Amino acid sequence: MSDAISPAGSLERRFGAYGGRYVPETLIPALDELERAWLEARADEGFGAELATLLRDFAGRPTPLYRAGRLSEEVGRTVYLKREDLLHTGAHKINNALGQALLAKRMGKDRVIAETGAGQHGVATATACALLGLECVIYMGSEDMRRQRPNVERMGLLGAEVAEVEAGARTLKEAVSEAIRDWVTNSAGTHYVIGSAVGPAPYPALVRDLQRTIGDEARAQILEREGRLPDRVIACVGGGSNAIGTFVAFEADEGVELVGVEAAGEGIESGRHSAPLSTGARGILHGAMSAVMQDSDGQIVEAHSISAGLDYPASGPEHAELRDSGRARYVAVGDDEAVASFRRLCRLEGLIPALEPSHAVAWLLGAGIEAAAGAERNGSTGTGLDLLTLSGRGDKDLAEVLGLD
Amino acid sequence: MTDPIAAAFAGHGRRAALMPYLMGGYPDLETSRAVAEACAEAGADLIELGVPFSDPLADGPVIHAAATHALAGGVTVDQVLGVCAAAAARLPVMLMVYANAVLAHGAEAFVARAADAGAAGLIVPDLPHDEAAELRAACDAAGLALIPLVAPSTSPERLEAIGAEARGFVYTVSLAGTTGERSALPPELPELVRRVRAAAEPTPVAVGFGIASGEQARAVAEIADGVIVGSRVVRAAGEGGAPAVRELVGELAGALE
Ligand SMILES: Cc1ncc(COP(=O)(O)O)c(C=O)c1O
Repeated sequence: MSDAISPAGSLERRFGAYGGRYVPETLIPALDELERAWLEARADEGFGAELATLLRDFAGRPTPLYRAGRLSEEVGRTVYLKREDLLHTGAHKINNALGQALLAKRMGKDRVIAETGAGQHGVATATACALLGLECVIYMGSEDMRRQRPNVERMGLLGAEVAEVEAGARTLKEAVSEAIRDWVTNSAGTHYVIGSAVGPAPYPALVRDLQRTIGDEARAQILEREGRLPDRVIACVGGGSNAIGTFVAFEADEGVELVGVEAAGEGIESGRHSAPLSTGARGILHGAMSAVMQDSDGQIVEAHSISAGLDYPASGPEHAELRDSGRARYVAVGDDEAVASFRRLCRLEGLIPALEPSHAVAWLLGAGIEAAAGAERNGSTGTGLDLLTLSGRGDKDLAEVLGLD
Repeated sequence: MTDPIAAAFAGHGRRAALMPYLMGGYPDLETSRAVAEACAEAGADLIELGVPFSDPLADGPVIHAAATHALAGGVTVDQVLGVCAAAAARLPVMLMVYANAVLAHGAEAFVARAADAGAAGLIVPDLPHDEAAELRAACDAAGLALIPLVAPSTSPERLEAIGAEARGFVYTVSLAGTTGERSALPPELPELVRRVRAAAEPTPVAVGFGIASGEQARAVAEIADGVIVGSRVVRAAGEGGAPAVRELVGELAGALE
């Protein structure tokens, strides 16, 4: 199994023009402290070994790389799925939650806070806190609490307090804001476990480091199976943690195309989407300069996607830089195509995927809206080799999908 | 050209300068104009005018709700700049605006609009010192003061760096937390203000966050050059409009006599 955390070095505060720390002054010392703590922990073999053991024995790493035969036939290329759906709690979120909870403990912080939308990151954090004996408060919008009742119950069973957020549209964006406000007040004894590769530095780099186990494993696995690197590496992008954790391992491999799939919601033209990389101007949300959906006054606009995990109006700063540099390209897939692909994968492979990676599957099946005009489409050659990160399983989405009938 | 902020801190004739905060467009545009007017009449020396933002991370429930209400009413940045222009005829106006609203169209473009509206300074609560160089340069070029914020958690080295680059006054956040009325001042406040003052000299030091009563304002005036009252004023604007704000600001001014 590959090393769970990235090699020693510095921790980026900026990715080109993006990133930074746009937060109230009160938080700067807490961010400095976190940056130092992670640099130390990441270089500490004891910490790495402890995390690797938890990831293996508790969470279920390494995850398999599965050659999806019938999907490959349909797409006309060989497709491998990185099976993050098999992890404990059902998604890649546990990689980050375990790492950050362990870091909180190392920093002597016995209270942990987090935000959640669909509840996946909330459940993962509550799980890690139960495991490590940490107090846990999860901020969640009241609208999401209504839509995701089973996950609210799970967090309760795991001993977490779910703090209801009533502001704005009562969804993920407001939950992040409330968690940050809690942290402004309580940073001395509290660690904030952010759920994606977003937020002020050092979070985007920290979360990427904790998620790169996906890409490191997958790269070694595909080399072993196929004797070569994939032509394309594909992942869905909400805040961007499963995608960056996958991409980072392939970034230096020039021939490998990196494709991030955002949510086009009801369609880019409708304005009701979650595709800031495909459409967004540069802006600041939750402490980072990045691709952000906003109006002409700089007010952040609400995102829309059928998948709660992609329903966020910004993406992580490293993705904004990868977009601008051209190293990765970003495309968007709408609600209907994502749901159709969810159903298709169930029948083709006996896998019930989460709605988030169903967007990536949909692009593979040829449903994508290309951001760049004239960009090459899918399914051309029979010798192509693709790797797609199946970031989570679909148990949480059954009610949503079946409710559409 | 005399510096309006320095003049306000030098010429108040009381124990400290009084700086009420109001939310532009709250409870509606016309009332917020009247509230600014009431502040000036009742003895404010400067005002802080909030530009409503969708995601105000530094604000507690009262100011957050006021921003949400203003935006739901369709208030735009241009309209708030109109309130600024009207108030600036009476007293120096500090625009309190979140970083995205400033940077969405580029620092220089926003600063030019603020200067046209007669603002004397900008307060950007989510733009810490390390990120502020570009905006400070734009403000300097336009004759606006970019007011820095410091907090109880700010290290001595940061205080030095922030004090050395301060313009207008140093906004001292009294506590670890968001805006909102508190029943008591933090016991460590005098020591914090002493440290800030040492680093900021000769720039004036004002204190905000948590101050709600005349008694608290008077206690802060013992140690600082300026007193900022936010959520309490916004609450009054929501509950009783300009008359309620006039009465409240009059009381606060009286407590500083
Ligand atoms: C299964 C799954 N995939 C993807 C995401 C999107 O997050 P990110 O872009 O950080 O990977 C989520 C978020 O909840 C998720 O649950």
